[in-house]
Amino acid sequence: MLQLKNVKKTFTEPDGSPLPILDIDDYRLDTGEQAVLVGRSGGGKTTLLHIIAGISRPTSGQVIIDGLDITKLPEAGVDRFRAEKVGYVFQTFNLMVGFSALENVLLGMTFARHRRDVERARELLERVGLSARLTHKPTALSVGEQQRVAVARALANRPKLLLADEPTANVDPANQQHIVDLIRGTCREEKVALLMVTHATEVAEQFDRVDRLEEVNQFAGQP
Amino acid sequence: MPLWKIAWRSIQRRCLASILTALSMGLGVMLVVIVLLIHGVVAESFRNNASLGYNLIMGAKGGRLQLVLNTVFYLSEPVENIPYAFYEDFLSADQRVDGKDGKWKDYVDRVIPVCLGDYYEQYRVVGTIPEMFEDYVYDEDTGEKYEFAEGRNFEYFNDEHGFFEAIVGARVAADTGLKIGDTIVASHGSSEGKKHPDQFFVVGILAPSGTPNDRAVFVNMEGFYLLDGHAKPVDNESGGQRQMTKEEFEAAVAAASSQQLNAEEETRPAHEVKTTPLPVEQREVTALLVKTSPIITRGLSNTINEGNQAQAVFPVGEITALFNRIVTPFQRLLLCLTAMICIVSGISILVSIYNSMNDRKREIAIMRSLGAGRRAVMAIVLLEAVLLALGGGLLGWAGGHFMIVGASPWIEAETGVTIGLLDAAPGVNIMEFIAPNSNRSLRISSEWILIPGLIILAIIVGFLPALAAYKTDVAEALSANP
Repeated sequence: MLQLKNVKKTFTEPDGSPLPILDIDDYRLDTGEQAVLVGRSGGGKTTLLHIIAGISRPTSGQVIIDGLDITKLPEAGVDRFRAEKVGYVFQTFNLMVGFSALENVLLGMTFARHRRDVERARELLERVGLSARLTHKPTALSVGEQQRVAVARALANRPKLLLADEPTANVDPANQQHIVDLIRGTCREEKVALLMVTHATEVAEQFDRVDRLEEVNQFAGQP
Repeated sequence: MPLWKIAWRSIQRRCLASILTALSMGLGVMLVVIVLLIHGVVAESFRNNASLGYNLIMGAKGGRLQLVLNTVFYLSEPVENIPYAFYEDFLSADQRVDGKDGKWKDYVDRVIPVCLGDYYEQYRVVGTIPEMFEDYVYDEDTGEKYEFAEGRNFEYFNDEHGFFEAIVGARVAADTGLKIGDTIVASHGSSEGKKHPDQFFVVGILAPSGTPNDRAVFVNMEGFYLLDGHAKPVDNESGGQRQMTKEEFEAAVAAASSQQLNAEEETRPAHEVKTTPLPVEQREVTALLVKTSPIITRGLSNTINEGNQAQAVFPVGEITALFNRIVTPFQRLLLCLTAMICIVSGISILVSIYNSMNDRKREIAIMRSLGAGRRAVMAIVLLEAVLLALGGGLLGWAGGHFMIVGASPWIEAETGVTIGLLDAAPGVNIMEFIAPNSNRSLRISSEWILIPGLIILAIIVGFLPALAAYKTDVAEALSANP
């Protein structure tokens, strides 16, 4: 489902010197598989997710998702691919403020090739327990509810891969487990591969597969 | 979710700034609409009324435009008169004292004489003949004739009122409250001038015609001639004018002073004492409204102009020239100024959106992370600019029309043109701009040109913030603290 081959990412320092962040020889995730990625802060976890999602381009290497190397696609193609194949749940939810819960989910469908599907959006919100909150704006939702909307939005286009970047970091402990269960459960139901980044040990322990970034990234841990 | 809805949500989110920006655009558009409408109303009024059933005006030599403005629109100062004998040249034998056909009789279809120079309050008093309102088609396109809201046309002579019957235009009746049976007294030379002692009897009220005649009082020309001071002085021996002697001048001054002192007391029902028409040799007319066949109009006009008695002018040509020389350039200047207001308003859209780009970066990054392409986010920003411009434009359009409708009673009174809420400015032939050499004509209201104009303006001013949206670094914007 997901394969990274010789992926390198190097930023440029303000003084012009190179700053290598990632150097991953080989990393794979199978269809429907769920993995958690842990590592120290600043180790490049979010950068790795951005590269997998096509938000950032690697300096070199291949990112193959569902058999397609997205590094070979033009930018517009990557955008379209991301809309259709990849879901993304952010640490800060990143809901659109002026839009209702339902509209936020529909927004996730706007840029994919298929038509918007209101029934699908309602069904997803119902599945995350927000059927009574469809018309509520994010400011009228609790933190846990906002993250549930974000999960529903990420799954709106029936992606093959869901990337979750510390989805429980801003959620209170009571909601933390609910969010994790929700993400894992829906991914399982929809047969979506899941790669979750987290700092929370209690979350990581629930996954059969726990990958440490320091083990897959040759630069991790280096100053 | 359509892109325009995403743009609309962004506008809603910045409600106050969006309203102020749209209002700014609305103000500019309102001014443009008002200028277009007023110019259209004035142009329509002048062009429609430049030839009310006639194609030539003959009057004293001098200012051609002044003759048209004075005779047709009752504007400008009264002009000099022409000899009655010149009018007689257009009459048939049975209409002339000498029983001979006039030399121009066969060249014209219709001749209406008008005598000007008197006022009733601020309205012109026009001495003319009853034929002006009898089966007289003033709009040949629609076949419209003058009609009476009340009463009847004045008569040449009758036992009840003699030569002193009058009819009043619709606007005059509405403004002054004149009704059938009332009497009116004309003042000489201006609205503040000396009042004639003779009264005219109102026998008819004209229905509104949308012409300048709504704003005039029409009296029997025979009665007009009999008013004090309207008879042309003649030398009894030669029949022409001569210089007064010193004794005659002093006697005339004394008589005039005495007449002025006793003016109020001397107001009299003139028909009781004046039953004899003014001799022809003492008559003059201000102008002739002449209807001729188009084939001979130019030739007749040239012949008249070569003589020394009068000039013939084409009213439509004079009005068109007036517009081309003065009104149209002035309108263009006004349009330029109002267009600049629109451009400034457009720049306010640019400033409003551009200033909010920092706030928008995260929204743009979120949309990009959901799969929106650079062009899509660019389109959303451009759509926001277009929606603001069109929304403001719609407000301005409505505001302009409501203001014009509010002023419509005044406009109608001044120009005779009635304008409704949805009446658009007159059309322009856009083929002149698209294909100048084409013979085709495609006329659309100049107001409709505002729509593509506003869209183009919005795209221009929205381009800079749209470009900023296009260039937004998604990873960086997502990494920034919300």
